[in-house]
Amino acid sequence: MKKIVIIGAGVIGCSIARELSRYEAEIIVLERENDVACGTTKANSGVVHGGFDAKPHTKKAWYNVRGNEMFDKLSKELDFPFRRNGAYVLCFDDTKWDGLKKLYDQGVENGVKGLKVVTGDEVRKREPYVSDEVKGALWCPSSGIVSPYEMTIAYAENAAANGVKFVFEKTVDRLEKSGEKIKVVCKDGDVYEADAVVNAAGLYSDELNNSVSSTKYKIVPRKGEYMLLDKTSGYLTSTTLFQLPTAMGKGILVVPSVHGNVLLGPTAVDIEDKECRDTTYDGLAEAFDKARITVPSVTKKTVITQFTGLRAHADAGDFVVGWAGDDLPLYNLIGIESPGLTAAPALAVQAAEDVADYTALAFNKNFNPIRKGIPCFATMTENERAEIIKKNPLYGRIVCRCEVVTEGEIVDSINRPVGAKDLDGVKRRTRAGMGRCQSGFCSERVMEIIARERGIDMTEVTKSGKGSEIVVGRVE
Amino acid sequence: MEKNLIIIGGGPAGLAAAKSAYDAGERDILILEREDRLGGILNQCIHNGFGLHTFKEELTGPEYAARYIKEVLDRKIEYKTGTTALSIDKNKRVTCASEAEGLMIYEAKAIILACGCRERPRGAINIAGCRAAGIFSAGTAQKLINIDGYMPGKEVVILGSGDIGLIMARRMTFQGAKVKAVVELMPYSSGLNRNIVQCLNDFDIPLMFSHTVVDIKGKGRVSSVVIAAVDEKLNPIKGTEQEIKCDTLLLSVGLLPENELSRMADVNLSPVTGGAVVDDDMMTGTDGIFACGNVLHVHDLVDFVSEESEWAGARAAAYIRGEKAKGERVAIGAEGGVRYVVPQYALRDGEENLKLRMRVGNVYKNVRLCVVCDGEEVYSKKCMIVTPGEMETVSLNEKQTRALKNCKKATVCLKAVER
Repeated sequence: MKKIVIIGAGVIGCSIARELSRYEAEIIVLERENDVACGTTKANSGVVHGGFDAKPHTKKAWYNVRGNEMFDKLSKELDFPFRRNGAYVLCFDDTKWDGLKKLYDQGVENGVKGLKVVTGDEVRKREPYVSDEVKGALWCPSSGIVSPYEMTIAYAENAAANGVKFVFEKTVDRLEKSGEKIKVVCKDGDVYEADAVVNAAGLYSDELNNSVSSTKYKIVPRKGEYMLLDKTSGYLTSTTLFQLPTAMGKGILVVPSVHGNVLLGPTAVDIEDKECRDTTYDGLAEAFDKARITVPSVTKKTVITQFTGLRAHADAGDFVVGWAGDDLPLYNLIGIESPGLTAAPALAVQAAEDVADYTALAFNKNFNPIRKGIPCFATMTENERAEIIKKNPLYGRIVCRCEVVTEGEIVDSINRPVGAKDLDGVKRRTRAGMGRCQSGFCSERVMEIIARERGIDMTEVTKSGKGSEIVVGRVE
Repeated sequence: MEKNLIIIGGGPAGLAAAKSAYDAGERDILILEREDRLGGILNQCIHNGFGLHTFKEELTGPEYAARYIKEVLDRKIEYKTGTTALSIDKNKRVTCASEAEGLMIYEAKAIILACGCRERPRGAINIAGCRAAGIFSAGTAQKLINIDGYMPGKEVVILGSGDIGLIMARRMTFQGAKVKAVVELMPYSSGLNRNIVQCLNDFDIPLMFSHTVVDIKGKGRVSSVVIAAVDEKLNPIKGTEQEIKCDTLLLSVGLLPENELSRMADVNLSPVTGGAVVDDDMMTGTDGIFACGNVLHVHDLVDFVSEESEWAGARAAAYIRGEKAKGERVAIGAEGGVRYVVPQYALRDGEENLKLRMRVGNVYKNVRLCVVCDGEEVYSKKCMIVTPGEMETVSLNEKQTRALKNCKKATVCLKAVER
């Protein structure tokens, strides 16, 4: 059987893993963190872009529009939260209407459907909290929102169910050509020899390619800071609100999350450090102040958390998708920044087909495209709640009071394939700790459940991977 | 299922309310408690200092709770632990769930909200920095140490001088941790003075007023925090930053009444207290739904929680008997330095002597705390010092109560002492 190694378990790596599992092959995903969706995937706006923003005839435009169209079917097959909530690009200046028109024309050329230029009053009719200063907007009905990490977890679970093997805490050092094949050399000395390697290493996809290919790339981490508002601020907007780029910069978003929160951000600052996930005083202030231009009534009182994401911006500008050249069986996905999340489903299909063609893979007759998520107690009806507690009494034990997450869900999140290993893993899968108390009440209970289910000591339970142990020892 | 009185929360507020509702004649009572035992947050407060007012002795939190739990058990009042109330509505329909009994639905004649408060998390105060492990709210750290027996860290900085933060400074020191500083944004503490003396001064732990944390550093685990002085507008002053090496940051930056259930029942909430707006029967704006303890407004002494909740329990029992006054109310405003007063309304035809609880918005020295009815001062109390950290109580006698209940406009305010 042919061996395919995918490096990186973000949304790109996991979606490709799932699409490749439609074929007969030994598929291995290597990830340096202890979970999927730990890099760029977990910290972005969660917007499924319409596709008007990308320059026509670029890979970004092509995969954006194709990817967007796949979300309805995909979110049903893989059971992850997705909603087509529509988006406005807001124009605050009467002299900038040509900017909207340009975006409109670009969108039409890219194949985006339903675009319309509307007046400020039309925007406020739908979104009454939008600023009176808004003069007009581009309306894009096909824009949507998704939970990026839940989507990635869904892809990963489905891939695993179809035979893909995930290896965590495995950092790749370099690639080496090995005749027709390619060697993946890991930092710990392990070597995987593969018939093809898929480079989905996000921020490190440049270094991975550069270690073996004669064509060199450079990723510049572009830092974006966000603020997340409590669900009580959900009334602020139901649609995604962009600001028309001005001389002052690209502007920031006010965007609802699929779970009813509102996200403000991101800022955009190019930095050197690929490991930097810190928020800054100035960055958060900028995110908030710019968001207030869009929705003047937003207040800091309802902020529940802040975070930073890094986009993998390639100096080339466009996505790099395809074989690396030099007769290397290395398939690159480099510079998959926005609209990378939207493009992921389409990129994955393309990458899987190309790799399957190249390595002459046969179809996997047992492929099952359906994945069921963890039954979500919070959104159940009373009857459904009564039923599920009867079936599994742990669903009667509420652990996270803010998001109404039960012990049943937490246990499931740990024990299912590609399961949660620590607090953040549980949080991304169940929302325990995601609410307004930010895990003040439930973290200690979740730690106990993790320790029990994984058979480890409380002192070994981490927040997010090695080195993030939560308690330092027993009380003497 | 039907129940006359459902009390949500089996902590000090719920226990006291249940006891007094029983003593007022109500027998059909159910307490819902989400934890596995009664007592609420007192169970993790193993330090002493509880009960000085109620029992005239110094008890630990669990001891104080045990006294009230005994009262509840002696009366054979029904309670369910491990049971979380999932929803309530304005018709007093309560749904709750437990592992043992599944989903349960009750129709109640009255509900007492006694669900306490939660701590403000890091996110709510917008501190920049990393998201490493080692950042705890003080109460979470307290639970880890006192209930589970695990140390959250070894070198500690505490942001905020709320009571739990002060108590934890001492607790962690006892356990061998080094508490390097307590940093307070305001120029005064929000904690009790006795805690500053007993928990910080006695252990030479520096308390830095008008300072805040501006950055948290670390990968995986916190490795240091950066603190800075703040100006009058509470903005950090550039150039005053200093880095303190530590593996743990505890936050004691305020408590918020937990009113998720209240909102479901359209209970009108005060933006100042974060709790319900109530009349002097402790009834909220939603008929038959009462509130007491920290879900109503954050207290600093459990003794006052018990007292307030006993009153709420008795009045809920009267309501169930059909004795609740439904008439006019007079609003009790807070002015001149007083941030809020609870209750916010007095019923015209209530009988009991009024007890008003309040907090001030700043530190004031040599002032009088006054109750003014239609321009006339009906009550005045001299105070050497009032601080936001200590709740003030005003007990009106019969005559003063009558004056307040019969006036058009009542306010509580601070006035300077005339020399």
